Amino acid sequence: MKSKFVHSNWRKLMGAALGVSLGANIGIASAAGVNETGLAVTDDTVKVGILHSLTGTMAISETGAQEAEKLAIKQINDMGGILGRKIEIIQEDGASDWPTFAEKSRKLLVKDKVAAVFGCWTSASRKAALPVFEKENGLLYYPTFYEGLEQSKNVIYTGQEATQQILAGLDWVAKEKGAKTFYLIGSDYIWPRTSMKIARKHIENVLGGKVVGEEYKPLGNTQFGSVINKIRLKKPDVIYAAVVGGSNVAWFKQLKAAGITGKKQTLLTLSVTEDEVLGIGGENLEGFYSVMKYFQSLDNPNNKAFVKAFKEMHGEDSVIGDVTQAAYLGPWLWKAAVEQAGSFDVDKVVKVSETAGIELKDAPEGYVKLHPNHHLWSKTRVAKWNKDGQATVVFESDLIEPNPFPEGYQ
Amino acid sequence: MNFVMERFLGGKNGAIGIAILAALIFLVLPLVLDLFRLNLVGKYLTYAFVAVSLVLLWGYGGVLSLGQGVFFGLGGYCMAMFLKLEASDPESTKIQSTPGIPDFMDWNQLTALPWFWEPFHSFSFTVLAVLLVPMIFAIIIGYSMFKRRVGGVYFAIITQAIALILTVLIVGQQGYTGGINGITDLRTLNGWDIREDSAKYILYFVNAVLLFGVIFLGRYILTSKFGRLLLAMRDKEDRVRFSGYDVSNFKIFIFAVSAMISAIGGAMFTLQVGFMSPSFVGIVPSIEMVIFAAVGGRMSLIGVVYGTLLVNFGKTIFSETFPELWLFLMGGLFIAVVLYFPNGLAGIWEKHGKKLVNCIKRMQCYSATKSLIASMRTKFGAAKQS
Repeated sequence: MKSKFVHSNWRKLMGAALGVSLGANIGIASAAGVNETGLAVTDDTVKVGILHSLTGTMAISETGAQEAEKLAIKQINDMGGILGRKIEIIQEDGASDWPTFAEKSRKLLVKDKVAAVFGCWTSASRKAALPVFEKENGLLYYPTFYEGLEQSKNVIYTGQEATQQILAGLDWVAKEKGAKTFYLIGSDYIWPRTSMKIARKHIENVLGGKVVGEEYKPLGNTQFGSVINKIRLKKPDVIYAAVVGGSNVAWFKQLKAAGITGKKQTLLTLSVTEDEVLGIGGENLEGFYSVMKYFQSLDNPNNKAFVKAFKEMHGEDSVIGDVTQAAYLGPWLWKAAVEQAGSFDVDKVVKVSETAGIELKDAPEGYVKLHPNHHLWSKTRVAKWNKDGQATVVFESDLIEPNPFPEGYQ
Repeated sequence: MNFVMERFLGGKNGAIGIAILAALIFLVLPLVLDLFRLNLVGKYLTYAFVAVSLVLLWGYGGVLSLGQGVFFGLGGYCMAMFLKLEASDPESTKIQSTPGIPDFMDWNQLTALPWFWEPFHSFSFTVLAVLLVPMIFAIIIGYSMFKRRVGGVYFAIITQAIALILTVLIVGQQGYTGGINGITDLRTLNGWDIREDSAKYILYFVNAVLLFGVIFLGRYILTSKFGRLLLAMRDKEDRVRFSGYDVSNFKIFIFAVSAMISAIGGAMFTLQVGFMSPSFVGIVPSIEMVIFAAVGGRMSLIGVVYGTLLVNFGKTIFSETFPELWLFLMGGLFIAVVLYFPNGLAGIWEKHGKKLVNCIKRMQCYSATKSLIASMRTKFGAAKQS
């Protein structure tokens, strides 16, 4: 890893030197090279798209991501924009409807010719929009932690793929809590199922533990009584949960009513961020753990500045979850890549993103770096929820390499 | 010639209406709109199939189905299964643990293609399935309900339940159906790339021709003796029954035909949009499609096409212009239509448009405009008072 850093720095140095020595000669040529594919770039503006659900069931989750992207873009504009151009936002509503995401993606790429799109939240919306981005050669920055098994030329994934999020958390719980038996529960769709498949392989093959139950409930399910009874019967050391959306409220309230608390058992969830806690209520979560890469309470100056700026822009009551922070990284990663490529053209931006080791030194979550496989090197953290809806980080991993196609876990 | 005029076109007035619509769809829109918008219109027109089926079933048959999305979805899924198999050849899926099966099956740990997917390797089977699967399904539902004289609101509720059940089934069985993601990333039809620009034009026109096909079919059914029986059945079911007709068989027939028409729309949708997902099967889209028919006028085969286009254009334009407010605007549009124009666009045309045309002929626009304003005033006034 160290050699890679050196390499990328060296490359930058060379780039800077080249820029200085050749700048005078190629000044005009490079201005033309900024946009050779007919994107919506003028001499002082560049258009980008934001595509999240503003209406429908996903609106509550996607609002944070959308607000973070706007904050990042505003900050970039305040610093003078990208390559001297201010960013203009064209916002579209995905309406929690996957086909609409495809329609609006096509609109943004074909009609508006945006240079990049920041958007999508659920895997389903990404899967719907993906063929459009590949066909029209667009560029999508996708913020959500997700199941992996995907690597598109036209997508930069700023959230964690499944192995990054899962393995470190399981290692921690096995080591710290001496956990041997696990009960897996999730909502019934691709992300929880893939995550649990990876978790089961890791528990059985690496940790030498045992999975005593695995269960999936439909999206939107509010009846967890039977699962909770089975958990009481089997008494697993760890309840490992990936329940999403509104179901979470019922799930945690019923757990508490059944007397399952953090004092007796370890509950580790993959899917609860600060955004969900607003609905669930801190008192129902107290003592349980979440594992992901970012928590609002992270104690570093960059994060404090980010939280402050976010609250100034979107209100004192707003909270920042993992996906919100990952969405905030999107415009910054794009800026870094565009500036290094000296062009908005998608092919060039992608090439630089793959090869140049694009990094953000002062991201709220800490240092991140883009891997050639379009995902981010990132740390994974385990945090314990408090009554006030904030979490205290109890464990932090080293930088973890993204691995969307994990060998031995499929 | 006369036969064609009367039975398929619906007389002189009907022929004019069809000619105007045809000119709009085949000439004006392709000339005025760019490919992106035209592709959107093509997508909207696939919903128009469902709206046309609702004219037959609901407008004339008096049977309100809130589950037409089921048939739209079944047609769409049949087509999507064929396209997905073609897109999942072993070469392009070689990174999977089991190459040669659709990617979502691989993610769900399936290691072989399920038996009911096998026949969808054949295109002719797929076309048959698009038409027959929804029809047979409709016959089963129709037989078990109409024979027991379940009708009216109860029928509507049951169709809604079926839509919900099918959605839950598709979402739950994601290894076999693609789950909530649907079946995505469809590429070619018998080797022909449906994502190309030229393919989009061709599919648009194929879709439009098919739409006129089902409008003619609808006209033919409605102008036949059976069509008159349908109307009679809607208005006084018992009287028709006492005259010796088996009412339930008529209902089953028209339900099956409407299912088939919706399914054609679904299959064309999959081809033009490039994927199919459970969000087209459920309750919400089914009700939306009823709204298209209501806005267009549920008694008019042509009116509903305009209704579908208007509502969907409204949706697209409102949501592009006011991404945060557009749902309220749509809601306002629906309330306005139901309150002031219960017969939809076709009703407005019947009532005022024809008068306007006549008076233009006679150059006496003044009185017609006055009557329009007067009738609007009484309606708005009445609404305020109530």
